[in-house]
Amino acid sequence: MTDATGDGSKSGPMLAADGTPLKKSLARALRMQKMRALMLIAPLLLFVLITFIAPIADMLFRSVENQIVSDTLPKTTATLGDWDGEGLPSDAAFEAAYFDIFLAAERKEHTRLGTRLNYEQTGASSLFRKSGRGLDDIGEVYQDQFEDLNGDWDEALPWAELMGDPDWLSEQQGWDEEGRQPGFELRDGIADLLPTASREYAIFAEFQQREENNNLLDEEPWSAVHTALYQDLAAGDMSGYSGPRAEMLQAADALVDSPEFETVSFRDGFEEIDEDWLQPDIWRTIKLYSPDYTSGYFLNSIDMQLTPDGAEARPDNERIYMLLFQRTLFMSLVITFSCILLGYPVAYILSNLPMRSANLLMILVLLPFWTSLLVRTSAWKVMLQQQGVINDVLVWLGLVADDARLTMINNQFGTIVAMTHILLPFMILPMYSVMSTIPTSYVRASKSLGATNWTTFWRVYFPQSVPGIGAGSILVFILSIGYYITPEIVGGTTGTFISNRIAYHISSSLNWGLAAALGTILLAVVLILYWAYDKIVGIDNVKLG
Amino acid sequence: MPDTGTSDAFVAFERVQKSYDGETLVVKDLNLTMPKGEFLTMLGPSGSGKTTCLMMLAGFETATYGEIKLDGVSINNIPPHKRGIGMVFQNYALFPHMTIAENLSFPLEVRKIGKSDREAKVKRALDMVEMGAFGGRRPAQLSGGQQQRVALARALVFEPELVLMDEPLGALDKQLREKMQFEITDLAHKLGITVVYVTHDQTEALTMSDRVAVFNDGRIQQLAPPDELYEAPQNSFVAQFIGENNTLEGVITEIKGDTCTVKLDGGEMIDAQPVNVTEVGERTRVSIRPERVEVNKDRLQEGAHTLKAKVLEFIYMGDIFRTRLSVAGNDEFVIKTRNAPDQVRLKPGEEIEIGWLPQDCRALDAL
Repeated sequence: MTDATGDGSKSGPMLAADGTPLKKSLARALRMQKMRALMLIAPLLLFVLITFIAPIADMLFRSVENQIVSDTLPKTTATLGDWDGEGLPSDAAFEAAYFDIFLAAERKEHTRLGTRLNYEQTGASSLFRKSGRGLDDIGEVYQDQFEDLNGDWDEALPWAELMGDPDWLSEQQGWDEEGRQPGFELRDGIADLLPTASREYAIFAEFQQREENNNLLDEEPWSAVHTALYQDLAAGDMSGYSGPRAEMLQAADALVDSPEFETVSFRDGFEEIDEDWLQPDIWRTIKLYSPDYTSGYFLNSIDMQLTPDGAEARPDNERIYMLLFQRTLFMSLVITFSCILLGYPVAYILSNLPMRSANLLMILVLLPFWTSLLVRTSAWKVMLQQQGVINDVLVWLGLVADDARLTMINNQFGTIVAMTHILLPFMILPMYSVMSTIPTSYVRASKSLGATNWTTFWRVYFPQSVPGIGAGSILVFILSIGYYITPEIVGGTTGTFISNRIAYHISSSLNWGLAAALGTILLAVVLILYWAYDKIVGIDNVKLG
Repeated sequence: MPDTGTSDAFVAFERVQKSYDGETLVVKDLNLTMPKGEFLTMLGPSGSGKTTCLMMLAGFETATYGEIKLDGVSINNIPPHKRGIGMVFQNYALFPHMTIAENLSFPLEVRKIGKSDREAKVKRALDMVEMGAFGGRRPAQLSGGQQQRVALARALVFEPELVLMDEPLGALDKQLREKMQFEITDLAHKLGITVVYVTHDQTEALTMSDRVAVFNDGRIQQLAPPDELYEAPQNSFVAQFIGENNTLEGVITEIKGDTCTVKLDGGEMIDAQPVNVTEVGERTRVSIRPERVEVNKDRLQEGAHTLKAKVLEFIYMGDIFRTRLSVAGNDEFVIKTRNAPDQVRLKPGEEIEIGWLPQDCRALDAL
């Protein structure tokens, strides 16, 4: 209270000298300070957000994202919605797939989708690549017959007159190829007359105008539009039509209705491309992965798979990731313990030496930091390989027969040795900084109280150095669980980590979704272990200095 | 004072030297004996070698030369944990990961004392320092004074005959320190233990000890009971270091038995008691305690010296007045007078005459 005469003391909030609530004026006084602090950290905050948090968030999102299937095959996935997964889907599904894949092929997206589905079903990639080429065969059957009837069916302008709004058409004709192309509009009533063809023409027009920026009046429609036209003509009667190109349309209608008009069903067309289209498997896969978000990547990461009956374990010979996770955890623990065993005495010596000798030794500890990681790892390769330094020495000493040289690299042993060496400074430094804060008077006090050297160490010194061990262990364990370069170089097949698999999926198999799911699981494992560590040891007990 | 080899010596340093670097001696030829039950304080400025002596006694440093004996047995080669000496450290050194009771129980555990016995001893020791209710707490939860008591209890719980204390009260505030000084001496006398106490605080040394060893430059300058130390310093260092002191420099002109005449640098002649001056013509430093100087002419005793002085500063300190004078060319001459009803309060600029008895005035070495 600043004002002795104020009534704030009686009840209610405490008041400042000017009568405003004390809390409020305190908040106001602190606001400037907070703003300044925020300004100071803003550059780093932005940097971290843009270069670190956002990519990670994006990566994590990829582990469940699956919009590519429903984006590329919108009609197909909609049609497959009420398919029970037994036998083959209906003809409508084949029709939808025809139009979807045709557009995707024009957009050159069908191979991407094929790659995506290939992760779930082998062969999907080549199936889609083939289909992109082969679907033209279906449409050309109709296109050729219409063209034979009247050459105008393969011209751009007649189609535009038939489908397009007259106002738009005149505008389009007046377009000077500069600036924005007048957007295509369907003529009134054409959608009722030719529902499929107008839909497909509109898609075609949109694609040419917006995505390719071609003048619509120069582009002959795709064969898919002819296919759609055939469907409409076969289904409807054009005799009552009197709009533009009525004669041409009615002639085509007559052609379609005549018995010699050649047709081909979508199912046969797909069979022609590849018989796999008549297997239910590919359709099931499409249906299974039609939702926008999928658990498929995560199930894959734990050696399971998505089936129409829910998740189930993969066959034994296809399991790999759980083994890799277990191996990663196990080896990281071994590395952490090796680092504790090797680092503790060094840190102890360092913290008990006079300043000058301690600094000299500290340089030796830090020396590895100044050498490239690759150099260090390669050095271990030189040391450990079968024709390497260690084996040569052992053979020379007669401890090992020349034809029975030890295998110390390209296996777990090599990875553990090399990584223990590389991560050792991360263990020694926190241990050292904690140990150097333990006053010698504790040790002296313990001895003066009658404790032997061992009791003094074990009951007085060691408990106080535990925070350093904790900090070092967390650091080393978390670093090693995500380590990549060293296991890649010295790990061979049995000494690689999960991170090597993630890198493979990122750069070789390009299955980013699976890589993201594996990465997410790794992150979750680290967080869970961190949490468990906090519960058991207490993160307050971790000191870095 | 060096009564080496006495049979009743409980602790004995015999010609002990200590060097850390092989070039300079931190402790130079230390000879010291202590009877059982004595409270001895090692007093001196930092770097004077007092803590090194303590550490050698505790076993944390080894003597470069000489022998340290405990109860007649040389302990040079006995490791610290077998010496059975209790020790209280400057920062208490209570183990932070153990409770108070565990801290106290520790020396008993390593001595393999049974659980029930242990608990009884811990309780007794805690009660002794009035900390009985705090057994379950951690050191960090206690105040400095409480930690100090616990450290004391821990050093005593295994009933050592000799307890070493290394500036144990250094971190406490003045009031608490005075209280603890009293408690420690009280406890030491009650338990009959021998205590070696290291401090750089002379008041502490004077109030607590049976004898005080004043250290400087690796040597004991004087080893004497507090009153003797204060009233009869053996050299200029001790006179300067213990209490407040006025010095006047001059040359010996005559030595006759237990008096000598000194010609001060200002030309005045005064009588003094020769302490460690031997020759006529030697430079000397005459030391007079501020409270032994009289300003009131009427109270001057027979045979007292008088000198002219000029008042420079008058400080009112409550129980006493502290007046700074210029005497025989020394502007730092201080006198202390009791705040009595009839006491005069001198004013700066005043010219007065001061006087003292020759036996209060000691002619010491010129350093």
